[in-house]
Amino acid sequence: MKARVTVMPKSGVLDPEGRAIAHALGSLGFGGVEDVRAGKVIEVTLAETDPAKAKAAAEEMARKLLANSVIESFRVELV
Amino acid sequence: MKAGIVVFPGTNRERDMAIALERATGAKPAMLWHRDAELPAGLDLVVLPGGFSHGDYLRTGAMAAHSPIMRAVAAHAGRGGLTLGVCNGFQILCEAGLLPGALLRNATLRFLSMDCLMRVERTDTAFTAHYQRGQVIRAPMAHGDGNYVADEGVLDRLEGEGLVAFRYVNARGEAAREAALNGAARNIAGIFSGNRRILGLMPHPEDLVDPLMGGTDGLPLFESLAAAA
Repeated sequence: MKARVTVMPKSGVLDPEGRAIAHALGSLGFGGVEDVRAGKVIEVTLAETDPAKAKAAAEEMARKLLANSVIESFRVELV
Repeated sequence: MKAGIVVFPGTNRERDMAIALERATGAKPAMLWHRDAELPAGLDLVVLPGGFSHGDYLRTGAMAAHSPIMRAVAAHAGRGGLTLGVCNGFQILCEAGLLPGALLRNATLRFLSMDCLMRVERTDTAFTAHYQRGQVIRAPMAHGDGNYVADEGVLDRLEGEGLVAFRYVNARGEAAREAALNGAARNIAGIFSGNRRILGLMPHPEDLVDPLMGGTDGLPLFESLAAAA
């Protein structure tokens, strides 16, 4: 079973990388880009076959290591 | 004073730190490997030096914060043992939860390799006793992730409890916004733990401890530590 953990900078936390991407999109002529936030996606392949347990395990991994709750939020989905 | 320097894969400032400590204390610090589960007996000071531990993967300091030795470092800090984290060491202390907040990518997205000026905010600590309060000192910086952030409540508590150790300032000693080139909240360059026995800071005082290095502004920090333990 595979868990996909999406880690994003919390709203309100400055995201200079997202801002640089937005700026680059503007330079390429893409109009109307109001905001860009850049995060990361981490896929974890688990031996667990029970979806509820797999999701709970991935959430625990995100809390302990994959995301830093001071600056990031995360979302776990099973894929 | 018995000091130990923790070496992680990717650490690269441990020898600079050893030179500064030996100069101030007269004793060679022990080099400690990140896989060690215990610290040598009788250690007064643990230092997490600068570098790029574990290649900065995931987040700066995130992997190192979970190294076997970090449990022993947390126990040492928990006993009130002196603990210093510089640059990547500061990032590791934050990731390990030994200091509050986090260090984000520099606001400019540029790696900053230059000297900065920082103001010594208090001198009644084991780290800063040999400075003057409000003294402006020069320190080299070399980091891509030095943008200190914490929520407003944490920042207010740091200010209220006098836990801001050093602030980026301009040549007049003022904490002007543009003096924090990495974007750090409230110009914070370094902070203490609540008991002021842990210090984390981004600039490198260990790289200005000899006239041959271009100055000695960093030396009083190590002399303070030598006198404290």
